[in-house]
Amino acid sequence: MKFGVVVFPGSNCDRDVAYVVQDLLGQQLHWIWHTEQDLGGVDVVVIPGGFSYGDYLRCGALARLSPVMEAVCAFARGGGMVLGICNGFQVLTEAGLLPGALIRNQKLHFTCDRVHLRVERQDLPWVQDYRVGEVITLPIAHGEGCYYADPTTLRQLEDQGQVLLRYCSASGALNENPNGSLNGIAGLCNAAGNVLGMMPHPERAADPLTGGTAGRRLFAGLLAASP
Amino acid sequence: MEFAFCDQEIAAHRLTKDEYREILRRLGRSPNRAELGMFGVMWSEHCCYKNSRPLLGQFPTQGPRILVGPGENAGVVDLGEGLRLAFKIESHNHPSAVEPFQGAATGVGGILRDIFTMGARPIALLNSLRFGDLEDGRTRTLAAGVVAGIAHYGNCVGVPTVGGEVYFDPHYQGNPLVNVMALGLMETKEIVKSGAQGIGNPVLYVGSTTGRDGMGGASFASAELSEQSAADRPAVQVGDPFLGKALIEACLEAFQTGMVVAAQDMGAAGITCSTSEMAARGGVGIEFDLDRVPARETGMTPQEYLLSESQERMLLVVQAGKEAQIKEIFHRWGLQAVVAGRVIPDPVVRILFQGQVAAQVPTVALVEDTPVYHRQLLEQPPAYAQSAWAWCAADLPPCSAAGLGPERPWSQVLQQLLGGPNLATKQWIYRQYDHQVQNNTVLLPGGADAAVVRLRTLGQPGPHRGVAATLDGNGRLVYLDPYRGAQAAVAEAARNLSCVGAEPLAVTDNLNFGSPETPVGYWQLATACRGIATACAALGTPVTGGNVSLYNETLGPDGQPQAIYPTPVIGMVGLVEDLERLCGQGWVRKGDLVYLLGTGAPISLGGSEYLASVHHTLAGRPPAVDFARELKVQTACRGGIRQGWVASAHDCAEGGLGVALAEACISGCLGATLTISGAGRWDEVLFGEGGGRILTSVSPSHQGAWEAYLTEHLAGEWRCLGGVGGDTLTIHSQDGSTLIQVSLEDLTQAWQQGLTRYLA
Repeated sequence: MKFGVVVFPGSNCDRDVAYVVQDLLGQQLHWIWHTEQDLGGVDVVVIPGGFSYGDYLRCGALARLSPVMEAVCAFARGGGMVLGICNGFQVLTEAGLLPGALIRNQKLHFTCDRVHLRVERQDLPWVQDYRVGEVITLPIAHGEGCYYADPTTLRQLEDQGQVLLRYCSASGALNENPNGSLNGIAGLCNAAGNVLGMMPHPERAADPLTGGTAGRRLFAGLLAASP
Repeated sequence: MEFAFCDQEIAAHRLTKDEYREILRRLGRSPNRAELGMFGVMWSEHCCYKNSRPLLGQFPTQGPRILVGPGENAGVVDLGEGLRLAFKIESHNHPSAVEPFQGAATGVGGILRDIFTMGARPIALLNSLRFGDLEDGRTRTLAAGVVAGIAHYGNCVGVPTVGGEVYFDPHYQGNPLVNVMALGLMETKEIVKSGAQGIGNPVLYVGSTTGRDGMGGASFASAELSEQSAADRPAVQVGDPFLGKALIEACLEAFQTGMVVAAQDMGAAGITCSTSEMAARGGVGIEFDLDRVPARETGMTPQEYLLSESQERMLLVVQAGKEAQIKEIFHRWGLQAVVAGRVIPDPVVRILFQGQVAAQVPTVALVEDTPVYHRQLLEQPPAYAQSAWAWCAADLPPCSAAGLGPERPWSQVLQQLLGGPNLATKQWIYRQYDHQVQNNTVLLPGGADAAVVRLRTLGQPGPHRGVAATLDGNGRLVYLDPYRGAQAAVAEAARNLSCVGAEPLAVTDNLNFGSPETPVGYWQLATACRGIATACAALGTPVTGGNVSLYNETLGPDGQPQAIYPTPVIGMVGLVEDLERLCGQGWVRKGDLVYLLGTGAPISLGGSEYLASVHHTLAGRPPAVDFARELKVQTACRGGIRQGWVASAHDCAEGGLGVALAEACISGCLGATLTISGAGRWDEVLFGEGGGRILTSVSPSHQGAWEAYLTEHLAGEWRCLGGVGGDTLTIHSQDGSTLIQVSLEDLTQAWQQGLTRYLA
């Protein structure tokens, strides 16, 4: 499978994603510089974590206007698989590929921790290696990860089953939430299911030595789905 | 000779009249305003170590693993298998005192530049912080601001902040300490040095633009803080971690081409320092045209250009003819890159401005043979120390196996200690730092005595080696006895590395002291330096560089300077050959046996956390460090970890054995039942402090092998205290009375609320 990793000047998890797909999973890697419009025939586009263009204005607000995002939007509209992690999720909402917005964490601090997540679906490539209702642990590291959408949008998301990952307790109860996200939303896909945005970092949980392997299964699911 | 500047102007540049006379002698004429400013910063303590240089010379700096020692931007050690690690510590105390967020943020930016200037990719950050009493609202604002500033820069630039230490004491009121250490893995074949080479080679200015921010920061950092210091806020720089990140990538890419001859970051004293140091180290001169410098403000004078400490700027000497290729790399990262000068044969720094020579100073005059002050060392320890040493534990109210009287059982005292901000969990702080970015953090903050980071290059499969790092310093002990206190800091740093299973290799040190111009201040500095030197020699961990921060004093309303505790902070790195063989500090399995190594080590309540926070007493004398025992205990611990016998290891530091046991319980979410013995008072046995002791837990299946090993290598210096299990920490005395019995839940709760009571 050929993974494209988008690199903004302020991306800082790009090499971490590359480590997982290339060094751990032995897949093809293609860097996509932010000024490019040619995605190089990749199967999946990953928009990694970081601070795209510094994000001093609003996370992802400038990235949305970059040449590469024009190409990514076209790719997504054509059904291409797009994964936005952390800053990548913020960029996807700014670009309109996913609804809603990610605002400042409820307690205002940047938060780096390991959190429990409940998997809500398993009928999409992203999550097919998990079971519905399974509780997994993934790292988070963000200052603006509080998911917000208006009530109508939120209802629509829930009705269409677009929430794939929700913050929860170790037992799966929805009473733990590190950033105040509405409905505990940690990971969200578009209606078609080919675009996924998530605040937790699956690439940081792909190696038993540094953070478990719960995140590796997301990539494994993708690989299993590829022809 | 008639002075061209009045006394006030000379003093404003923090130069003495004698120093000014020396400038006249060296130039053979009066300096102009720009030149005077250049001397002011280059002859500041921050840049030329005029007070500390004679003392730093005694540090051991050589060793088989040392590739680069003091004098370059950072030290470099050889970790084997072609891995080379650059590391260095730096302080940003004064800027953080007046503007905590930006002061701390730019401290991070500055130390990162020191690392990647060498051709190393930054892989980890640690910080050592000191603040005043958290009861004071200003302290809380400072602490919150500093932590947010470090988080802001480190998180955005994408370098994990993996460890550190923080203490609160009224002696740091108004003068917090912010020391940041960075580690980097060399990416270039050759270590990039800072000496300019090749007459005619172009000098490139790269990175951000130049403005009026950070004017004279180096000399600001070399003076006491006063009520007026807030007015010096322009001396604090403003950081842009986004540009910092781009600068890292662009520099590493540029260095990979092999076309960069030399590089130097523009930190303290900006263009002045970088041009003169690069020229001096290369034995050449540099001509530099200020009109080429991209400015973010208009109407700047030469002096302002020269002294600006605008962040995220570098100076590169590039092979002639290759400037276009190098500029292209920086432009692609959205950075400035202009040819602003060239290497010239005359050993001078020549600054051009609007077609005129604005300043011309021989590099030797600026950089070499800078003023050095040899001061007289007190023949006797000062009165405060002598009276502190006269204290003994018998001066405390009596105590028994039950506690400090019927109202204060030891269980309660233990919870009080754990619930104090110095021993409580620092989760509130490290949760704000991205400590996992780069995907190499093997031991997370809070779980072990040192941080461990995997050394990995993209595209190179494992297994990988790792590096362990720690920062240690106990200002209270150094205040009471600078020699023993400084030695204890070095010993503890090595012990922390040994507790995770790493072999201690080398040191970077940050000397945070008051004014060296007072007899007591100089005695503290000189005596502590001797302690560091002897300890580093004894432990085989040479010093590869560091930072000196003097004049950490606040002028009180009465005009009297109040110095901080003398606080040398020791940054130490160690090698982890096998990342599968590591230890955290918490118990791992129910039923494991608990061993104390170093049972014969002398301990004392003098200067202890117990004495300070329970009895509000600052007195006593820390025990002398016994390096022979220290080495034996640490070697045994590492050996046990390498063999796979030792499941957890934890240093007995602040709070003594009692607190170390409690921390192992909390960290492992497991109780323990133990029996301890000791001569003397029970508070001394439980909470007395001293080096050379490590708490370990071992599976019963390894008991035979482990005890045989200890008997061979650590005879008479170890004891099995009991076992892991249950949901309480229970400590009995040898005669069967219960000293401490407290539930894991109560322990954890006290420990979790210690900081969050004050910081939200």
